[in-house]
Amino acid sequence: MMRLPRFRYLAPRTLPELTAVLADVGPDAALLAGGTDLLPSMKRRQETPAALVGLRTVPELRARSGDAIAGLTLGATTRLCELAGDGAVTGAWPALARAASLVGSPPLRNVGTLGGNLCLDTRCTYWNQTHAWRKSIGFCLKKDGDTCWVAPGSTRCWAVSSSDTAPVLCALGAEVTLASRTGERRIPVPDLFADDGIRHLTKARGEVLAAIHLPSPRPDERSVYLKLRRREAIDFPVLGVAARVRLGSGGVVEAARIFLGGVGSRPQEATAAAAFLLGRRLTDEETVTEAARLAAQVAKPLQNTDFALGWRKGAAREYVGRALRELARPR
Amino acid sequence: MTPGDGRTGSAVGRPLRRIDARGKVTGETLFADDLSLPGMLHLKLVRASLPHARILGVETAAARGMEGVRAILTGADFLVPFGILPVSQDEHALCVGKVRFVGDPVAAVVADDELSAEEAAALVEVRYEPLATIASPEEALSTPEPRIHDYGDGGNVHKAVALDFGDVPAALAGADRVFEDLFFYQGNTHLAMEQHATLAYVDPDGLLTIASSTQTPHYLHRAAARVLGLPPARIRVLAPPQGGGFGGKTDPFNHEIVAARAALLTGRPVKIALTREEVFLCHRGRHPVLMRMRTGIDRSGRILGHSVETLLDGGAYGSYGVASTFYTGALETVTYRMDRYRFRGCRTFTNKPPCGPKRGHGTPQPRFGLEVQIDKICEQIGRDPAEWRIENATQPDTLTANWLEIRTTGLVRCLEAVVAASGWRERRGKLGRGRGLGIASSAYMCGAGLPIYFNDMPHSGVQLLLDRGGGVTAFCGSTEVGQGSDNVLALLVAEVLGLLPSDVKVVTGDTSLAPVDLGSYSSRVTLMMGNAAVDAASRARERLAAAAATRLEIPAERVGFGGGKLFDVSDPSRSIVFAQAVQLAEAAGGTVGTTGSYRPPTPKARFKGGGVGPSPAYSYSAAVVEVAVDEATGVVRVVKVWIAHDIGRALNPVAVRGQVEGSVYMGLGEVLMEEQAFCRLPPRLSSALVHRGPSMLDYKSPTSLDMPAVETILVENPEPNGPFGAKEVGQGPLLPIPPAVANAVHDAVGVRVDESPVTPEKVLAALRDPSRRFGPTTFPEVPWPEPVRVAPPWEGKP
Ligand SMILES: Cc1cc2nc3c(=O)[nH]c(=O)nc-3n(C[C@H](O)[C@H](O)[C@H](O)COP(=O)(O)OP(=O)(O)OC[C@H]3O[C@@H](n4cnc5c(N)ncnc54)[C@H](O)[C@@H]3O)c2cc1C
Ligand code: SF4
Repeated sequence: MMRLPRFRYLAPRTLPELTAVLADVGPDAALLAGGTDLLPSMKRRQETPAALVGLRTVPELRARSGDAIAGLTLGATTRLCELAGDGAVTGAWPALARAASLVGSPPLRNVGTLGGNLCLDTRCTYWNQTHAWRKSIGFCLKKDGDTCWVAPGSTRCWAVSSSDTAPVLCALGAEVTLASRTGERRIPVPDLFADDGIRHLTKARGEVLAAIHLPSPRPDERSVYLKLRRREAIDFPVLGVAARVRLGSGGVVEAARIFLGGVGSRPQEATAAAAFLLGRRLTDEETVTEAARLAAQVAKPLQNTDFALGWRKGAAREYVGRALRELARPR
Repeated sequence: MTPGDGRTGSAVGRPLRRIDARGKVTGETLFADDLSLPGMLHLKLVRASLPHARILGVETAAARGMEGVRAILTGADFLVPFGILPVSQDEHALCVGKVRFVGDPVAAVVADDELSAEEAAALVEVRYEPLATIASPEEALSTPEPRIHDYGDGGNVHKAVALDFGDVPAALAGADRVFEDLFFYQGNTHLAMEQHATLAYVDPDGLLTIASSTQTPHYLHRAAARVLGLPPARIRVLAPPQGGGFGGKTDPFNHEIVAARAALLTGRPVKIALTREEVFLCHRGRHPVLMRMRTGIDRSGRILGHSVETLLDGGAYGSYGVASTFYTGALETVTYRMDRYRFRGCRTFTNKPPCGPKRGHGTPQPRFGLEVQIDKICEQIGRDPAEWRIENATQPDTLTANWLEIRTTGLVRCLEAVVAASGWRERRGKLGRGRGLGIASSAYMCGAGLPIYFNDMPHSGVQLLLDRGGGVTAFCGSTEVGQGSDNVLALLVAEVLGLLPSDVKVVTGDTSLAPVDLGSYSSRVTLMMGNAAVDAASRARERLAAAAATRLEIPAERVGFGGGKLFDVSDPSRSIVFAQAVQLAEAAGGTVGTTGSYRPPTPKARFKGGGVGPSPAYSYSAAVVEVAVDEATGVVRVVKVWIAHDIGRALNPVAVRGQVEGSVYMGLGEVLMEEQAFCRLPPRLSSALVHRGPSMLDYKSPTSLDMPAVETILVENPEPNGPFGAKEVGQGPLLPIPPAVANAVHDAVGVRVDESPVTPEKVLAALRDPSRRFGPTTFPEVPWPEPVRVAPPWEGKP
């Protein structure tokens, strides 16, 4: 069987204690939330942190405040299974509840957290493998090697952002609070991500993601999340389409944001498609087709996930179209 | 006695709970990995990181110096080769001289705990001289040097065979129409839930015990004795219940033999539990097969001549490969009448984990080709593919073109059943855009007619012990891999003795305590072990009947068995309880222990290569599949499966249904998504050749949410060679599923995907291609040997 490497386990009891510990143990520490991403990576020796800092003993990270009207703040260690069962979330942010309910499988959602899902490591078929496997390809740029096998001429890593909730939180205009020994800062979710497969988070090493803030939706707002994958369960998204629109009188689009997951090292915003939709109606098939075409242009998949590359490009267009049609559906 | 005698009605045909159900459901069953002994050491294998290389040196000093390390072994400790087939003794427990695929075991570390063993294994340095990577059969054919093995049929061809049953070219020349198609069936793996594990230990009296997840303890016993240089009587192999096998545990494996050697060396129990990745590397799964099929028909649609050529990607070792090669041709003739038949098969070595037997062993690939080709033929000649199959089905008590003996067949009834259940006649062609129905049928063996190594002994033996308390224990070397063989053993003994299966204790999977059964492969266990069990139980029954007859003062023929009693059939109120009957028999004639055994009938096929294919009986299946195809993405959703299986006689209908549904599930996985596929880096940068995703996340097998509704119909048509008429169900029902899905996709959207898996990418590519087809387009030149020429039965003697 696969064994975890040896490590030290630290269990801080408060947020200040946590940030202090983090500052002390330095870069050799990893934060452990549900562990559904980190522990398998450790078993495969992708990560071999000297210390694990547990988050489950920190009450501040479980705090929940606000509501659908005022906006909701969720602690980073809110479990994914709690979102699907949370009336406020399913009512006001159904796309988020849906994305959370599509992650992995029930056992993973029972321990996997929202913060962990946002901070999920980027994925690549050459990276999510055991040490022995990676040794037999001479490793890769992301760690221990000097070639990117997806794009051998490349100087950067193209590993893929594969979180289900990240594109949704981006589209919803959510923000996150990052806490460190020196204080807290609050940033929009898209700013958490960098376009780089290795350093995919802008978060500093000494920072912990403390909370996620969901802005209250306006009554004329609609959001949707569609996930593409080979199987109905377990699989990571090969494509995630998250869209939020505000529909004015007669169904005219007054505001729109579209983010695609699974097609780049960070959630990709389809700004041209969103701009094109302004002033148009989602019930108009030509509008949807053109917006889908524009949105798919930001999807730049490489051959490092499931499914063939060419097919994924076509599927992006098809799925954006389906997402927009779903938003248009009378409810 | 003839099977079929001695029915009491107490067990056969009843949906009784399996005798092992409680342990499985409560988690109390002990699988190999659950076994643990005091002082146990842990074993880890150091596996090759290059696909093909000479070993220049193995540096173990650093690992040896680690705390907790007890022993390190290398190829030098295992100079005797082994392999499942006598003709392919090409494996070493640890590589000697060279490595042949990424994952080939080179060294082994034994330590106090698993983590220490793993850490020490990482310190073992192997120095290599790389050799050219051979990644595909095409490359194997065009790259005779360097050879992966120094035996076989030349270059990197492991085995090439050619059989002619009549003059097929002449038949095709005289045919009304001739169809030629190329197909490719992708390799896939067993994916049993239980990962292989072995615990080896030496008793105080020197007996080496190897407890392992093996479907074939007898063959492991032989291989271990050979490699370790011990008399077989000094070795005991135990096969605890397994969490699935499907053919993936039928070879003797490196880790089993290394664990045994390590236990001998250290004097301590040694355990190894493979990781899921290592299970993917052990493999022995479905061969990827490229096929060319040519079929000539007359005006009525009858097959005048059928020709099959197969090219198998064997991977790095022989395994069952020679048999697999023959199997890609052997059962082609069993479902539909064909006047003449021609077969060419070639297996190549490549630098990948070895392929071997997986559920259906070598036959799902040509079955896919044949059933899809028939669908195409029917479309071309305007025939309903279900009607054609019914009309051309082989008949009972006939010989096939390649001399296989068909006794009973329920094929027509299976076809009629699925046609009726699915509403084929009313619904086909009327389902609307993107929806379609496909049909296919198939046949499978109930055990191979010949053993793996030549001998005249029984294929299965059963010993019964009846104790004074009325307890019955059945001893048999058969292995419970999850399929329910323990239950079949108990059930058949119970049936003969008028008991319930739960009254019978079984001792199986033990080479010291039980007589040999060759193993859980080839769908042989129910028929062969079953006949041996009926044989042994019938002898016990005779003794009990005689004793009861004396006590009841009636002739022995009037003694009935049932409800745990022996009674006068003319006056059932006159009876004695079972335990009393045993005591009377013991008093009269000594300990009540009987034996039974089974050897299949001599095959009619008497030619070189005729050893693969003959079986005491053939099971038949037919399936209709309904699909919905998304034309924008090519995504195929299976809506429903109707499947009928000719079981001969369902000994336990619930257990039979379980096997049918499991087969449907596995067939759907193979045709929709599963691929044992490999990744090669740009050759100018790297010689690497690695498994694409050796995990249950990356190897896509359907989840329960992907599974459609399945309607199972059991067709009963008792088979004289089977115990109480039973035939196999473990493998056959998988076979019609892949082609039925491909045919349904064609019915839905008019495209042919002539290779598995039928993925969205391929469906979409076919939808966009003017040919409306996706599939292989060339078949390489293969150096076929001079054919063995045998006239079909109707043209002469074999
Ligand atoms: C078989 C399988 C299937 C999966 N399928 C999916 C899927 O379909 N979709 C999907 O999105 N994910 C999937 N996952 C990944 C994972 O289960 C989820 O993303 C989950 O939400 C991760 O949360 P966690 O709490 O378990 O994270 P952890 O494993 O605990 O952490 C993940 C990473 O985030 C860091 N981290 C965690 N919390 C914080 C914090 N508060 N502040 C800073 N850093 C933090 C950790 O240090 C670590 O690097 C799958 C995983 C597996 C094993
Ligand atoms: S994208 Fe390239 S560098 Fe990044 S993980 Fe994959 S192969 Fe490695």
